[in-house]
Amino acid sequence: MSTVLESQMIKNGTQGAQKMNIVIIGHVDHGKSTLIGRLLADTQSLPKGKLEAVKAQCAYHARPFEYAFLLDALKDEQSQGITIDSARCFFKSKKREYILIDAPGHIEFLKNMISGAARAEAAVLVIDAHEGVQENSRRHGYLLGMLGIRQAIVCVNKMDLAGYDRRVFERIRSEFSAFLTQTGIAPRHFIPISARDGFNVAAAGDAMPWYDGPTVLEALDGFEKEPPRVGQPLRLPIQDIYKFTEQGDNRRIFAGRIETGTLRVGDAVVFYPSGKRSTIASIEAFNAPPVHEATAGEAVGVTLREQVYVRPGELLVRTDESPPATARQLRVNLFWMGREPMIFNKRYLLKLGTARAPVWLRQIRTVLDASELTTERNRRHIQRHDVAECVLETLKPIAFDPTAEIAQTGRFVLIDNYHIAGGGVVLQAESNAADRLSEHVQQREKSWRRSRITPLMRSYRTGQRSTLVVIAGPPQTGKAALAQALEEKLFAAGRQVYYLGLDNSLLGMDEDISRNYLRDEYLRRLGEVAHVFTDAGMILITTVSDLDSYELQVLRTLNHPGENLIIGVGAHGLAAADVDLKLNVPLNPSEAAGQVANLLTERHYLPEYYL
Amino acid sequence: MTKTMTQLDVLEAQSVYILREAYRSFKQLVMLWSIGKDSTVLLWLARKAFFGHVPVPLMHIDTGFKIPEMIQYRDTFALKWKLNLIVGQDVEALEHKHTFPDGNLSRLVCCKRLKSETLKHTLSGEWPRWALNHKTGAYERQDGGEPFTGVIVGARADEEGSRSKERYFSPRDTHSEWDIAEQPPELWNQFNTDFAPGTHVRIHPLLDWTELNIWEYIERENIPIIDLYFDKGDGKRYRSLGCAPCTGPVDSTAQNVREVIEELRSGKFSNIAERSGRQQDAEDGGGLETLRREGYM
Ligand SMILES: Nc1nc2c(ncn2[C@@H]2O[C@H](COP(=O)(O)OP(=O)(O)OP(=O)(O)O)[C@@H](O)[C@H]2O)c(=O)[nH]1
Ligand SMILES: [Mg+2]
Repeated sequence: MSTVLESQMIKNGTQGAQKMNIVIIGHVDHGKSTLIGRLLADTQSLPKGKLEAVKAQCAYHARPFEYAFLLDALKDEQSQGITIDSARCFFKSKKREYILIDAPGHIEFLKNMISGAARAEAAVLVIDAHEGVQENSRRHGYLLGMLGIRQAIVCVNKMDLAGYDRRVFERIRSEFSAFLTQTGIAPRHFIPISARDGFNVAAAGDAMPWYDGPTVLEALDGFEKEPPRVGQPLRLPIQDIYKFTEQGDNRRIFAGRIETGTLRVGDAVVFYPSGKRSTIASIEAFNAPPVHEATAGEAVGVTLREQVYVRPGELLVRTDESPPATARQLRVNLFWMGREPMIFNKRYLLKLGTARAPVWLRQIRTVLDASELTTERNRRHIQRHDVAECVLETLKPIAFDPTAEIAQTGRFVLIDNYHIAGGGVVLQAESNAADRLSEHVQQREKSWRRSRITPLMRSYRTGQRSTLVVIAGPPQTGKAALAQALEEKLFAAGRQVYYLGLDNSLLGMDEDISRNYLRDEYLRRLGEVAHVFTDAGMILITTVSDLDSYELQVLRTLNHPGENLIIGVGAHGLAAADVDLKLNVPLNPSEAAGQVANLLTERHYLPEYYL
Repeated sequence: MTKTMTQLDVLEAQSVYILREAYRSFKQLVMLWSIGKDSTVLLWLARKAFFGHVPVPLMHIDTGFKIPEMIQYRDTFALKWKLNLIVGQDVEALEHKHTFPDGNLSRLVCCKRLKSETLKHTLSGEWPRWALNHKTGAYERQDGGEPFTGVIVGARADEEGSRSKERYFSPRDTHSEWDIAEQPPELWNQFNTDFAPGTHVRIHPLLDWTELNIWEYIERENIPIIDLYFDKGDGKRYRSLGCAPCTGPVDSTAQNVREVIEELRSGKFSNIAERSGRQQDAEDGGGLETLRREGYM
């Protein structure tokens, strides 16, 4: 019977059923690597000479053989008898293929355990019968929920050390069940095993006749493959937009992986957060027959009927399905893995879906010790291995789904100092926290030492009212020439004026990614500098390429209480209400400078101005 | 009505996602092409990811001792698929005969010098690069190239111990070294695409593929693969390709892709490591770890 099944599977090979990823977790030294090693050995999954080779090597070095050495391949791991990094091993049962992920149990390597577990669909938690439930048994158990793993079994290992005593097993079972219940995880089985001796691993053996549940191998085969997430609304985070014109290819392709739902040619779609709309014209592929439909899990490329300008990072959804949330403040649950604690007033990078955005920690509501489930309030920072419920704030709205609704578009990581240092899930949009920059400006105004020269006194002296003139528009539209002409014109008329010409070099279109991330920092500095200039009674002229409404809001907020005059050049992309004067391209610099000067007069910045 | 994705579909989607993520994140991106089956599948996946185009330059480290058919195959497909191909070589070592085949170095040191070191210096731009000119078909020397900050590599987790611990995106320090214990975490489909000045990131889109998956995909997609992998009548074929002096064929009568797949499924090689024909591994205690820590692919 089973041989029929087996040969069937070999015939179909791996093209058919998908592999299942399973992570083995638990406290240090509780026998995770040993369990996998034993499982591989007992199911003849090892290369034939491998077991003997490792045994011979152990004999040669005069140290006892460990099944764990089959997994712990690194030299440091073998010499210290510890797993440092998660290993993946490929393993086949009669039912299907697996990738078993052997996670490390030592707290020092928690980030490696998390990397391993985040790839898994189900988990095996190993607990030492002799030591019982330990700190990382609980911490790992708690993290499963956050990582989105719903299926788990628990192995009570080293039953040989407990004399195969049923009471020891039952005690651990009731203690750990109680803990897991609080985290929302219900293991399907508790299995008493001896990984070293192979009882209840691949076969039951005769050591524990009182146990009549499944072996580990049977329990693995009992895990269910998660069905593709086609029932949920379409979520296609846009990874990139391609146009290979140089290769003679004029398709404009929006590429990304469908996280949930179904997409068809002809679907009316909308991008979030920009709100732009279009219709799917085609689903593109190389070396494959044309298709009219694509579903969750597929990495696709689509073309649109009506061309829209959007950046990578937007979320494409269908207009006939429920939209995602968009917000600048997110209430999240996160765990921190960075060596440096997570602190307020520091710029981190958020990656959610395909969006990447600078982000700041705004509130810490509670910090949880995941191994004890005890919470703390009033903390000022989030330490390594803490789990925290907190509020994050971005500069521009970001599109997401609350994790309870769609897990795939409700999870994120945080980058600190080039590396992923935190990860978490979005609980909901937050509406109660104060805006970060407004709060900063309030603080700044409070602590600013004012001189006895008032703005009015300055106005009398300079014969003008101070303001920030922002010339916005696409790159290469003559903004700088206009700024220079305007400065000259005002200067010639005796005005206190300064042109801050940093824009094109710092904010040009071909800046690389890492500088792109710093655009917000550039704008912040520009806003602070503008504030000093306007406070000093000057007219400051600057140009910014591709300024959007949120960035403009940053400048306005930081320049407060200074005033602003916004000049939109060509297809400037700002809302009509944001712009004080719209100029068409191509610009005639001196003519345009005249128009801006007139507006300055009209708005009483230059009360005595006449041409 | 909804189709279920096969295992190959799932692997392909993940690799394509990783390639696109790399292309989006790294301005100085390069893909290593060893001419072998894995990196050729990788190249094919790039054509999938970018809809028939390969917008990333490819780099081949030519030790000067490659099996001659490999170079021929490389040049044919580089021209045919319009690849932006760059070749790196340790001309000095070859000139002064500082190599294993010349009897002056051990296999391991030779491997380190002609491959790892050459790779490192060609990536950084310190050493010259030879770029294929598609008009003339000749390779032209280029000096003072920009360092590459993203390097796409065809490593698979099932190959040997240390590769099973790799991340999809693996940051390497300024000396190209791999600090295994200090690897940053990688969660869900979020990768470490940021890097400090002077460092680079290795990208592994094939991590979850097995040797069998590779061959099944070659069959499904009908990828033209170099015929050194097939028996041509003498009962021998290569299972892994490298330098002629250090790479041996295995006993096998598989003459085409289908037969290679049948052979792998039969379990014929289940007791033999894929790289068993590669003799430098044996000198490293079988683990490749030392070589890999120092930048070997
Ligand atoms: N007596 C007994 N010892 C066991 C059993 N299973 C594992 N061990 C021993 O427990 C020790 C730790 O086993 P490992 O498999 O390395 O533990 P681990 O959970 O992988 O440890 P980390 O990966 O470092 O967290 C080894 O010395 C094993 O031989 C068992 O069933 N009975
Ligand atoms: Mg272990």
